[in-house]
Amino acid sequence: MNPCTSTVFARARDEGRAVLIGYLPAGFPTIDHSIELIRSMLEGGVDLVEVGLPYSDPLMDGPAIQQAVETALAAGVTTSDVLRVVHEAEPSESQAVVVMSYWNPIERYGQRRFAEDLRTAGGSGVITPDLIPEEATDWIDATNAVGVDRTFLVAPSSTDARIDRVTRACTGFIYAASTMGVTGARTQVSSAAPVLVERVRALSDAPIGVGLGVSSAQQAADIARYADGVIVGSAFVRRILDAPNVDAAKESVREFAAELAVGVRTRA
Amino acid sequence: MTAIEESTGHFGPYGGRFVPEALMAALDELEAAFDAALTDPLFARELAELERDYTGRPSPLTRARRFEEHCGGARVYLKREDLNHTGSHKINNVLGQALLTKRMGKSRIIAETGAGQHGVASATAAALMGLECVVYMGLEDTRRQALNVARMELLGATVVPVESGSQTLKDAINEAMRDWVTNVDHTHYLLGTVTGPSPFPRMVRHFHSVIGTESRAQILQVEGRLPDAVVACVGGGSNAMGLFSGFIDDPQVALMGYEAGGEGVETGRHAARFAMGVPGVLHGARTYVMQDEWGQTVPSHSISAGLDYPGVGPEHAWLHDTGRAVYEPVTDAQAMEAFALMSRTEGIIPAIETAHALAGTMRLGSELGPDAVIVVNLSGRGDKDVVTAARWFGMDTGE
Repeated sequence: MNPCTSTVFARARDEGRAVLIGYLPAGFPTIDHSIELIRSMLEGGVDLVEVGLPYSDPLMDGPAIQQAVETALAAGVTTSDVLRVVHEAEPSESQAVVVMSYWNPIERYGQRRFAEDLRTAGGSGVITPDLIPEEATDWIDATNAVGVDRTFLVAPSSTDARIDRVTRACTGFIYAASTMGVTGARTQVSSAAPVLVERVRALSDAPIGVGLGVSSAQQAADIARYADGVIVGSAFVRRILDAPNVDAAKESVREFAAELAVGVRTRA
Repeated sequence: MTAIEESTGHFGPYGGRFVPEALMAALDELEAAFDAALTDPLFARELAELERDYTGRPSPLTRARRFEEHCGGARVYLKREDLNHTGSHKINNVLGQALLTKRMGKSRIIAETGAGQHGVASATAAALMGLECVVYMGLEDTRRQALNVARMELLGATVVPVESGSQTLKDAINEAMRDWVTNVDHTHYLLGTVTGPSPFPRMVRHFHSVIGTESRAQILQVEGRLPDAVVACVGGGSNAMGLFSGFIDDPQVALMGYEAGGEGVETGRHAARFAMGVPGVLHGARTYVMQDEWGQTVPSHSISAGLDYPGVGPEHAWLHDTGRAVYEPVTDAQAMEAFALMSRTEGIIPAIETAHALAGTMRLGSELGPDAVIVVNLSGRGDKDVVTAARWFGMDTGE
């Protein structure tokens, strides 16, 4: 039995460091290779893997993830395949796997069924970037019943009232979008991120992961000073896109995860 | 049956807001600005003046005496939105939202476009009101509609070809949403139809409700009674919602929407959301969506770029489920037959989108019989479609 996401955060807190969260879409470049790449991430030191569920209309994603997801969908990846990737990720006892998905594929699969099948596959939570708590009544019931963590997002533009509403609806951790924009590696993480984290802290004790734009160990260290988790997505995908072959991609992903793992322990 | 709860942006189970949290503040701001404008006589006057002096409203209601001979003898009236400035109903919504943009203190609008009609209307309003304008258009559509790309650029807009996904309207919307979430502090997303997250569906309907209000008064004046049916084509569904809104509380008036049956719904190459789609979430709202068993959006197909969209406005989904409105597919071939007939019997070349409503009128007229009165929304003119039509009918296009 893998730990729930809050256990992963609690352990990191005890160790005086931030959690490293890494994203990769299932089925990119193939289903089996995505399993191997996720294992490389875990070997490199990612604590929490976000397995992306490829969707035809990824309106929160920038070019790198769009390209990866189009590749996965063109090869025919399905929701069942995504659950298989979760099942075969093989995290250690201190690591956990969650799914990141736009809403429609979950609704189509069946909300309760998705939560149950994810739990069976060993997944511990779901991040839904285009679902707000107001539209999530059935999802909250389903995830509560099954015992799967659910993460909604807060953004720099969120009012305090909305931050309060969103954080109350989250279990596991809160996803703080560091900047106004889509996914994609940036050389600088917005100055809005520490302000947002501070505002969330004032309203909630839940752990906070910061994502959007993190691309280096130095950035990870910067964020680890004030956040509980550092989320890296596009920068991993970019490494795979730039690698000459899958073996090189696995090595590159493992190395990058190891660098970032040092970063979240440095808190520079 | 759940009532329409417009305060939360829902039409029964449809509508709502399925968007990144980052957009919630902008949607709340827009909703507040719209609701304030609704009760502000100054806004109403400003918009009414633009409609009269710039758009050329009210648009006429024209009896189609020769066309109606092919409609089972029903008396058919055309609501002439094709005579609006820029050639379609799209300008109604664009002027309203552009005024709101200025009220919100924003300096830049972005828009999506398929055939280019909404893009041209947006570029027009931006020029009129001194706003920066960026239009997202699928790469495939920029090739099919090169003339409209040139029109937008002449009007001072920047047209961005979208190369992601299927390179059509749905991908242009994705790209516009990405721009909006990045630039939301000074940018308004001028969405072109009654889809998207709340408040867009009810706001866009409101700005087009002038079509229904005028039509109702005009038909009462000439016929002394309400029509038996009002008819419109339905892509996203804005021209239909505008017309329907004038008659929705008159239960004796049938509301008929015609969606794109493409090469036939049995071929899979169509945009018949009600015939073949199932409820789901697309572009910020729950509605009928053409999707596969895994919830992935399935590309639509239609000879008409304006109807070539895999989703539909959420209020239409609700009107469909409640039975208040009826939606039927019309194939490319049926639409083109009506296109030719309207051109040759009335001297009006309709948009191919509109031709779907005309084909529906021919079918409906035969069912209703000679005493029936039908109002059909002639939602746009067909200048933009001349090359497509010439190819369809095997004419020499000089290519």
